[in-house]
Amino acid sequence: MSAAPGALAFVGRLLRRQLTLALRRPVAVLNPLLFFAMVVALFPLGLGPAPDRLAAFAPGILWIIALLANLLSAEMLFRSDFEDGSLEQLLLSPQPLYLSVLAYVLAHWLLTGVLLAAIAPLFAVMLNLPVAALPALVGSLLLGTGVLSFVGSIGASLTVGLRRGGMLIALLVLPFYMPVLIFGAGAVEGALAGLPVAPYLAILGALFSFAAALGPFAIGAGLRISIDA
Amino acid sequence: MWSFFHKLGSPPWLYRIAGVLLRWLLPVSLLALGTGLIWGLLFTAPDFRQGNSYRIIYIHVPAAVVALAGYYVMALAGAVSLIWKMKVADIAMKATAPVGAALTFIALVTGSIWGKPTWGTWWVWDARITSMLILLFLYLGVIALYEAYDNKAAAGRACAVLSLVGTVNIPIIYKSVDWWYSLHQPASIKFTGESTIDPTMLYPLLLSIIAFYGVFTCALLGNMRAEILARETRTGWVRRLAGGEV
Amino acid sequence: MYFDSFKAMLVMDGHGAYVWAAYGLTLLVLSLVLAAPGRRRRRLLRELRGELRRQARHGTKEAAYASGS
Repeated sequence: MSAAPGALAFVGRLLRRQLTLALRRPVAVLNPLLFFAMVVALFPLGLGPAPDRLAAFAPGILWIIALLANLLSAEMLFRSDFEDGSLEQLLLSPQPLYLSVLAYVLAHWLLTGVLLAAIAPLFAVMLNLPVAALPALVGSLLLGTGVLSFVGSIGASLTVGLRRGGMLIALLVLPFYMPVLIFGAGAVEGALAGLPVAPYLAILGALFSFAAALGPFAIGAGLRISIDA
Repeated sequence: MWSFFHKLGSPPWLYRIAGVLLRWLLPVSLLALGTGLIWGLLFTAPDFRQGNSYRIIYIHVPAAVVALAGYYVMALAGAVSLIWKMKVADIAMKATAPVGAALTFIALVTGSIWGKPTWGTWWVWDARITSMLILLFLYLGVIALYEAYDNKAAAGRACAVLSLVGTVNIPIIYKSVDWWYSLHQPASIKFTGESTIDPTMLYPLLLSIIAFYGVFTCALLGNMRAEILARETRTGWVRRLAGGEV
Repeated sequence: MYFDSFKAMLVMDGHGAYVWAAYGLTLLVLSLVLAAPGRRRRRLLRELRGELRRQARHGTKEAAYASGS
């Protein structure tokens, strides 16, 4: 038996565990991206294929789809660990819950948000978004999906013990997603209008730090409630 | 002081004292509400720009103010019940949510009705209305979460966490919606200048706001009494109460 | 009173329908909100009373058993 790892080493291991588990089922990792692609295809069908109209709506469309993809994957974040009991073990372990939760959220962000941000330019071009706005899109998605992961995890932690959590988590979490949507889509629109993007990204960064500082407390409290119930 | 806190933990005492409070607060609130509304409705001059439709302000603004305050009351009660595990706070939190949601609904509907003669449409995505709509979602989320849990003790704690998260987020949401609206504001519905409200219009408005707070408190107390009964049906004092009220 | 006649009060220069609808709806919702807890409380008490009466009819022994005392 080796001694208990230090807090940071533990977080590292937890993060690696989450990523390994996810990468063992690559299709599951690709699901949000596939969802993203399919919903992007819905918009020209619903709005008509006129390129300039699609370009005008593209910032909002891309951001809303990223938000929904994030929401759908957030629901599963704690589910399997809750069902096989490893979440309960985690709560009982002497490791600080704040950091453990951070590892979960970080893994979620890397697997959905960062991947979505990386692949978003492709769909942006398909929606005729000018290339000049792409850096703003990627930057705002990178920072914004981090906030979304934290907020979504709060919802996931509160609903993980419920049998019908799927719709509920959307109702709980979507209002808190709205500021991120506003500033994220605003950044891309600003870039389209030739405005500096840095202020938007700064606000998203501030939201990200804020969510990272306070979010894990709420997630930890939510997990404790779900385990107790 | 401590005996007061001790009594707060006693459901029969709380039930009785809420009933006593209700007996004088309800008539006072209704009187204030009637006076404020009739004053605003019939005894003030119309606004020089909006005409008589502005009279909706005497219900729209109080409902909006109290609905927002109600969310903070709910979150505060939630925090107290989380930290000190006080049963009263848990009951108060559960009792607040439907009242707050109803007031938010009033603010939204009256705002929408007000919009028709003022802006020519029933719904405008203006900053204030959009914020109210999000507030309604926040309330409904709390109610939905509470109903989803079978274990009501856990439901209370989960709602407390959610409403605290909401409290932290409300200023962010409101600021972001304000900013979003100022960016997208269509020129046609811009109201120029901060209109300073005339005192003859202000006094009935203040009275009406106070009255709405009173009505809110009454509904809260009533809900708390019903909730206490529902949670204590197996105890002797509720059974005696039921037997005595034949 | 600002309005000259009852009719003027109802019409409010064409805004009457909106104003009165808004007020009516508000009062309706407020009265529902205020009445709901009382109705719930009375229903609970009535159900409990019925339960107590049923227990009394079935004899004191069973009543004591049912209430768990």
